[in-house]
Amino acid sequence: MATNDYVAHAPGYVDNEGPKIVSERFNHPDSFTLARFEATGGYEGLRAALAKRPADVHDEVRSATVLGRGGAGFPAGVKWGFLPPQKFPYYLVVNGDESEPGTYKDRLLMERDPHQLIEGCLITCYALGLTQCFLYVRGEMALAQERIANALNEAYEAGYVGRNILDTDFSVDIVLTWGAGAYIVGEETALIESLEGNRGMPRLKPPYFPAAIGLYGQPTIVNNVETLANIGWLMVNGAEQYRSYGSEASPGTRLFAVSGHVRRPGVYEVEHGVTTFRELIYGENFCQGIRDGHDLKMFIPGGGSAPWFFEEHLDLPLEAGPVGAAGSMLGSGAIVVMDDTTDAVKATLRVVRFFARESCGKCTPCREGTTWEERILQRILDGEGRHSDIDMLLDVGDNISPGPYPVAANPTEGLDAVPFPPKQTTICPLGPSSVAPIVSTIRRFRHEYEAKITRRDSIPVRAEVLQ
Amino acid sequence: MSFFTSANLDTAREIVSRYPVPRSALIPLLHLAQEQHGWITSEAMRQIADLCDVTAAEVKGTGSFYEMFKFHPVGSYLINVCTNISCMLLGGEELLGHAQQRLGVKTGGTTDDGMFTLEDVECIAACTEAPCLQVNYRYRLRVTNDEFDEMIDDIRSGRVDDLPQHGTLARVRQRIPSDRLAGIVPPSAAREAPVWLQRNETAADAADPVVG
Repeated sequence: MATNDYVAHAPGYVDNEGPKIVSERFNHPDSFTLARFEATGGYEGLRAALAKRPADVHDEVRSATVLGRGGAGFPAGVKWGFLPPQKFPYYLVVNGDESEPGTYKDRLLMERDPHQLIEGCLITCYALGLTQCFLYVRGEMALAQERIANALNEAYEAGYVGRNILDTDFSVDIVLTWGAGAYIVGEETALIESLEGNRGMPRLKPPYFPAAIGLYGQPTIVNNVETLANIGWLMVNGAEQYRSYGSEASPGTRLFAVSGHVRRPGVYEVEHGVTTFRELIYGENFCQGIRDGHDLKMFIPGGGSAPWFFEEHLDLPLEAGPVGAAGSMLGSGAIVVMDDTTDAVKATLRVVRFFARESCGKCTPCREGTTWEERILQRILDGEGRHSDIDMLLDVGDNISPGPYPVAANPTEGLDAVPFPPKQTTICPLGPSSVAPIVSTIRRFRHEYEAKITRRDSIPVRAEVLQ
Repeated sequence: MSFFTSANLDTAREIVSRYPVPRSALIPLLHLAQEQHGWITSEAMRQIADLCDVTAAEVKGTGSFYEMFKFHPVGSYLINVCTNISCMLLGGEELLGHAQQRLGVKTGGTTDDGMFTLEDVECIAACTEAPCLQVNYRYRLRVTNDEFDEMIDDIRSGRVDDLPQHGTLARVRQRIPSDRLAGIVPPSAAREAPVWLQRNETAADAADPVVG
């Protein structure tokens, strides 16, 4: 098979000290083969699950509190519970359309350990009575598609997937499918649209979860790749062992990709909820600090959509609650570190341009607003900015996500305390996401904006003058 | 006249058969067409429409949403340089600038000899190895200007063997042996619960034994 020539894994993953759940096999040169998977406890999770009643498998996942790793952090076990009873068939859709700026973990999971993902899909289908699984991989990830195709062929051949799995009454097909270059397809209802052969535009809510109405109008579970990669391990080791890692509210481990101006950028498997940003960015076991001779200026804590953080946020734990209460989100586990050489306006423009390019065009505030934001930022950067531009940026942002932009810590606990996501005039959070870097940097580095603005405002022409 | 070669037509029919609704095969078939021809022609779209039971306009309507599909000829090698935030911080834009100079084309342009098309691309998930790029969707990481030049020379002189033609993504296709197929479940089929869910009716400690 073409993919079985064991070329060295591309760099990216850093094998730091600490408990490993999903990246255990990453450093084996043949980590993606069935032989390696079976030799390292592979498909034991599936066997363990099949020895239980489906409902008990679901209970195990629920009691482990496996938080969704796609961005919203919603507990998988609870999401699974939203399936309406007796509306068969149910489908499983795996969201492997990883494209949030800075995010880079699902690709590693798919390239290096595809069987682990397949096992997670199988257990999920067994637990919930899902009759077909669609594994949707991002279009640009050719190697991931190749490795998954190979793994599925191996798994079908060996009797792990398909009819009467391991000679039981459990049967499910997993179909590999892939996208063609559209960030918005990572939004779960847009992904379903894409899978139905349509333009990848998010669906109007409610229903908020495709568990109610999803693929072909049927109840559908959409889970992120990393979420499902945890399930096999969980079946072997149990919820109690899973909960022994991480914090009470965020058990287990999580992959974080740290990029930008750090000495040792990489993808790290980190204990969820207990490690702080400071440890991750400065720790010897992790990124080992900012590159030589420079200081931290700001960092993005959870992918391109997250409001930005600064030095005072370094001691927050990597946990959804506290990060949310501080006005941002942990999102998809992507941390982008920027040192003191970074131009705040330029960095803002780059992220905003991403959203302008990737807006699907369905909702006017996002389609027009993100373009406005990009153009205003570009002209400020080009020295063509006007004094009114800062207010105009905030005003355009206010039209996409109205009201005061959330920052203040909230004294309440739990999900209610999370001021993110903000209110929005759009169907999905893409438009509001473009406002995050703008508000973050204007609030903190307004002087940088002002220093670039050299042109006077154009003289206002009053209506009465014209008469 | 068939656009697809007979081998690809078989593949196309196999792909369609895996989905409960034929239209779901639309994007996979556009990829197949691009793999065969390098870009997507009107003939390809008409045949895909037949295979997926939609109109050719619907094929174009869906296809034109996705930036990987090209409806005009592109170079044999599509170079996508990432300029998103992580790459920008470490020289992605400078690398793109160098690429433009070296190839003598602007972003989106194709060299006169039809070898290279240059694009800037949004985050391609290799952020820790910035600046990065893809050639026909194969990664090149931490690319310097010199390495870029070397890569172009190597491709021009045929010294690169890990790059398939533009349009080819995975070089391994999923194959489902017919005796292993669990069965595609159309949404309209009024169905009972899957058989294994009956195990929920049994006592917790008396689940079916598993043959492993």
